[in-house]
Amino acid sequence: MAISQQRAAGRVRVVAGKPGLDGHDRGIKVVTRALRDAGMEVIYLGMRLSVEQIADAAVDEDADVVAVNFAAADHMQLAPALLEALRTRGRGDDLMVVAGGIIPDEDIPLLKGMGVREIFLPGTPIERIVAFIRDNAVTQRDL
Amino acid sequence: MADTHDEGPPSAAEGLGAAREHWEAETLAPVLQRTPERKREFVSEANIPIKRLYTPLDLGAQDYARDVGFPGEAPFVRGVYPTMYRGRPWTIRPYSGFGTPQETNQRFKYLLSHNESGLTVAFDLPTQIGYDSDAPQALGSVGKVGVSIDSIEDMKTLFDGIPIDKASVAMTINSTAPVMLAFYIAMAEERGIPLSALQGTTQNDILKEYVARGTYIFPVRPSLRLTTDLIEYCFRNVPKWNTLSITGVHMREAGANAVQELAFTIAHAIVYIDSALQRGLDIDEFAPRLSYSLGCYRDLFEEVAKFRAARRLFARVMQERFHAQDPRSSMFRIYCGTLGSTLTRQEPENNIVRIAMHALIGALGGSQAIFTAGLDEAFALPTERSARIALRTQQMMVDEFGITNTIDPLGGSYYVESLTNEIERRAEAILKEIDAMGGMVAAHESGWVQREIEESSYKFQRKVESGEHVFVAMNKYRAAEEDVPEKIETFRVDPALEQQQCARLAQLRAKRDAGRAATLLAQIEGAARGSDNLMPLLIEAAKARVTLGEICGVLRKCWGVHNPLQAY
Repeated sequence: MAISQQRAAGRVRVVAGKPGLDGHDRGIKVVTRALRDAGMEVIYLGMRLSVEQIADAAVDEDADVVAVNFAAADHMQLAPALLEALRTRGRGDDLMVVAGGIIPDEDIPLLKGMGVREIFLPGTPIERIVAFIRDNAVTQRDL
Repeated sequence: MADTHDEGPPSAAEGLGAAREHWEAETLAPVLQRTPERKREFVSEANIPIKRLYTPLDLGAQDYARDVGFPGEAPFVRGVYPTMYRGRPWTIRPYSGFGTPQETNQRFKYLLSHNESGLTVAFDLPTQIGYDSDAPQALGSVGKVGVSIDSIEDMKTLFDGIPIDKASVAMTINSTAPVMLAFYIAMAEERGIPLSALQGTTQNDILKEYVARGTYIFPVRPSLRLTTDLIEYCFRNVPKWNTLSITGVHMREAGANAVQELAFTIAHAIVYIDSALQRGLDIDEFAPRLSYSLGCYRDLFEEVAKFRAARRLFARVMQERFHAQDPRSSMFRIYCGTLGSTLTRQEPENNIVRIAMHALIGALGGSQAIFTAGLDEAFALPTERSARIALRTQQMMVDEFGITNTIDPLGGSYYVESLTNEIERRAEAILKEIDAMGGMVAAHESGWVQREIEESSYKFQRKVESGEHVFVAMNKYRAAEEDVPEKIETFRVDPALEQQQCARLAQLRAKRDAGRAATLLAQIEGAARGSDNLMPLLIEAAKARVTLGEICGVLRKCWGVHNPLQAY
């Protein structure tokens, strides 16, 4: 109860980072900063990460949300690998994965089908990303 | 405001100043009272305040001959060559490369058959970061954002049937630039092409990778040694090779503004030049082979002024700091082009217009080569159709609008000249700040550069969110709040290519002389721990079919890997 009150007050814990070899980190850095400005706790891991590194951090940090960015057409391999790494660590169900970046439209339903909760494309207002994460992370914990 | 300390005839300046005051009081003021301007303050995208009107008064004590001068002469404000586009238009340089070497080879031939004047090779991320296609780190990345090159065999396939003694080839490659160039040189030698005939460019600008885009491998100092090995080797053996393209583009994409982009690019140039001088090269031996790359962003006049300011500031740095004698050493030769972050995913056809503006900026800025992106940049790699539109856009710029008829057509614009002065002044102030920190390497090591870029990036984004920075059809005139997915044909790399590339690699390892490969890797390890130029050994290794990943593996063992600063 205490935890969920804390979270309702906006203290969502987000682990963010870029899996794979791509280093276009402008977008994810802007988003992490906006999440922090909105009162969330954000652990930004950096880039050039393996999916295992991100999953380990999600466990260690007791994250509610894992936010990743793809900009090098490697999402169809790396997103399922990340979801699998979270599942094998027992965080497959109670944690929300969101992604942003350069992702072709036809891949969006496929990624959502795999378990990526939402995809934010270029041009998405950051407020919308913040609101989505706050609303849905809280809902998820309360369930 | 009006500078009345003009060196010109006092009566003329005073007369103009008085006329201006009269205009402000009599003509302007009543209108402002009735209908205020749209905004209280107008600023450029780099936050430079923009005045309502520029007049000769804004150029103050500028001495035309000294501060602006003539094209082909320092300080090169009006252009690096005496005839500019009247002699030869800029080089049209699409950026291409994807999938396997065979596929990119076909795209190159297609582009050459459409009169493209230079080839730019995009490499995939494993190639840029020194992993073979079959390395676990390469999973999902092989052939995705560029072509996959594991060995000399791939390089041979990539350029099969392409006249590399005539075509100019630019390689967007940094931490592994010496290895890629070694593959290229070894390939040329196996084809019987003399090294003196090779012309092209390796980006080879590792420093910016530590703050933007991030294709670094090694710590800063061994990376600088590799950069300098390439410069020294080419000076002695491949005289027409442009060894280094010092690049602001990626820092701009990461969020730096125009002034920061310019200052950081020149600050990086200073580090490379110092490093080559320490190697014992003479400034005029290598500086003429350095080239520069800046982005074309949205604020047309600021961007044009940035190019003009870059030429003057760089020429002054080369003369005052490095005492360059050869005028070619002081020429800031520019490759510029579209920055993907200026394009929108909404109503993507509109990007054709934006990209045409980028080509116009490049042309009005007096650049030597221009890249125009595909309209589908915000979705995926360009399709053949969008690559053709990008090419045709530049061909129209060259031939249809009279842009190439005279040199530096915006020169003499009170606004553009004022902005040129202001951008140079601000960039120079940043260079002084960097010097005070102990130079750009120290500025990197403290995380300062990265923080500066992040701060600008965040400010820009806030202005996009607030609607102050408009992207039509994205944050203004948006068709509908709920996005209807745009129907656009996107390019897709066949995932089977990864297996094909791995199979080629397995075949190469099975067929080569394993003993010779091992010997060369041991020799590379020895040389990496010493100080001899690595290029000759890398070329030998290329000929012995040693792979990129094997070479970089040895170098990683010797030098370790860069540990990024946790910026926050």
